[in-house]
Amino acid sequence: MSTKTPNQKAWWLVVPVVLLVAFNAIVPLMTVINYSVQETFGENVFFFEGVKWFEAVLHSERFHNSLLRQMLFTGIILAIEVPLGVAIALAMPRRGPWVSVCLVLVAMPLLIPWNVVGAMWNLLALPDIGLLGRSLNAAGIEYNYTRQPVAAWTTLIAMDVWHWTSLVVLLAYAGLSAIPDAYYQAAKIDGASSGAVFRYIQLPKMKRVLTIAVLLRFMDSFMIYTEPIVLTGGGPGNATTLLSIDLVKVALGQFDLGPAAAMSLIYFLIILLLSWIFYTVMTKGEAE
Amino acid sequence: MKRFVWLLPALYILFLLMPIYWLLNMSFKNTNEILGSFTLWPRVFTLENYRKIFTDPTWYGGYLNSLGYVLMNTVTSVVVALPAAYAFSRYRFLGDKHLFFWLLTNRMAPPAVFALPFFQLYSAIGLFDTRVAVALAHCLFNIPLAVWILEGFMSGVPKELDETAFVDGYPFWRFFIRIFIPTIAAGVGVAAFFCFMFSWVELLLAKTLTSVDAKPIAATMTRTASTSGYELGLLAAAGALTIIPGAFVIYFVRNYIAKGFALGRV
Repeated sequence: MSTKTPNQKAWWLVVPVVLLVAFNAIVPLMTVINYSVQETFGENVFFFEGVKWFEAVLHSERFHNSLLRQMLFTGIILAIEVPLGVAIALAMPRRGPWVSVCLVLVAMPLLIPWNVVGAMWNLLALPDIGLLGRSLNAAGIEYNYTRQPVAAWTTLIAMDVWHWTSLVVLLAYAGLSAIPDAYYQAAKIDGASSGAVFRYIQLPKMKRVLTIAVLLRFMDSFMIYTEPIVLTGGGPGNATTLLSIDLVKVALGQFDLGPAAAMSLIYFLIILLLSWIFYTVMTKGEAE
Repeated sequence: MKRFVWLLPALYILFLLMPIYWLLNMSFKNTNEILGSFTLWPRVFTLENYRKIFTDPTWYGGYLNSLGYVLMNTVTSVVVALPAAYAFSRYRFLGDKHLFFWLLTNRMAPPAVFALPFFQLYSAIGLFDTRVAVALAHCLFNIPLAVWILEGFMSGVPKELDETAFVDGYPFWRFFIRIFIPTIAAGVGVAAFFCFMFSWVELLLAKTLTSVDAKPIAATMTRTASTSGYELGLLAAAGALTIIPGAFVIYFVRNYIAKGFALGRV
């Protein structure tokens, strides 16, 4: 690492970025904070309410339930996608003509608009005319994701695994490609088993990219909105109403600005806090 | 056992292709066949759904809108991120670390939080329902991402390059545009790829900020699904067409994807 030169003029290079991002980040954030402490009865008349909305949200059972569902969802998809992604990356060819083919096919789901992903799984899972739904029902498994909460959850998780495991695969694959051949040759000479190679060579080398994979999957799954809203609309009942869906229902559906704003801030803070923990762990690992 | 190791990626890719196959299959069927029978291959092969999309301005207009704001956003994000990433990778300045982290926090902001304030902000400045509004709004998460990726690539370039150029008397901007940017061309490609990707797939903000004139294709699909009832073939065809730009872009950066990820970015 070369050392950086102190240079205050470098600020000029950053100004456009700061202006553009600040325009998008600070004004809306101020709006949200503003709403979160006020009450309105329409006609643009607002009253200061202090922390009333925050207390209301923190004590509301509805928020607790959405948060619990959100954590369950994020936990499940992390537990499936990370090991699966690593296993696939380990099994992918390292060189030869198949590398490009695999990479292009694996990256495909990442570039499909999120609502199309939802619509696609909708068509696939429809109990009467979808390939998956029809096959399951024909096999004697009663399956209808618009009515059964368990089926809705399974479909939602299958969809997310379909959509995002590729990100973990690509990250892990990149980590693996960065390992010099000499490491493997040394392991071969020592007669190391493939388990030992994984444990002592591949896993440590992938640690950094895997942390990023977990961080990204955590953040993105915590913010997920479009795919479930298209697939299940949060139903049946409230079974798949995750945090973002609930928030949009409150903000744009019922137009309860105060509670929605308070909920937004709490939501954002949870993500920030958890991401900050990851970030600290990451940079600590680098320093060692 | 080693001989069968390819089975896992092969099965995974099959799993990835299954919904895409079903989507394509449906897009070539007429409504009667979709609703009336269950066929693994269109019995009556029809291009009617695609024809409808390419002749109806509300449909193909959606594609033009989406591509319009995605390209605008990608170009803006990369252009403003380049000098900023250079500053972060080469210089130490007041508040640099905090600024970098603050930029990244915007990648962590749930779009649902910003939907309503964005609507009000862009209505207030008269940009509501324009492509520019969506392009600007997507800068929120794409600029931090581009800065992050480009900073990674730039830190891999030895500082001696800059020093030699400055000793030779190159003015900063000439060095930056003529020498430095071509050196990290791969990084620019990767950054552009990810900006394109995240702007192309995002819908919540794009939908909130548009109503008629700048409606993205993805939002057009949502409307069709709800208003015209069961036009599933049309929906499938529209969905299939949204896969094409992505597949096209991946093909071009296929050799760089792994490299971009290898830096531990994104």
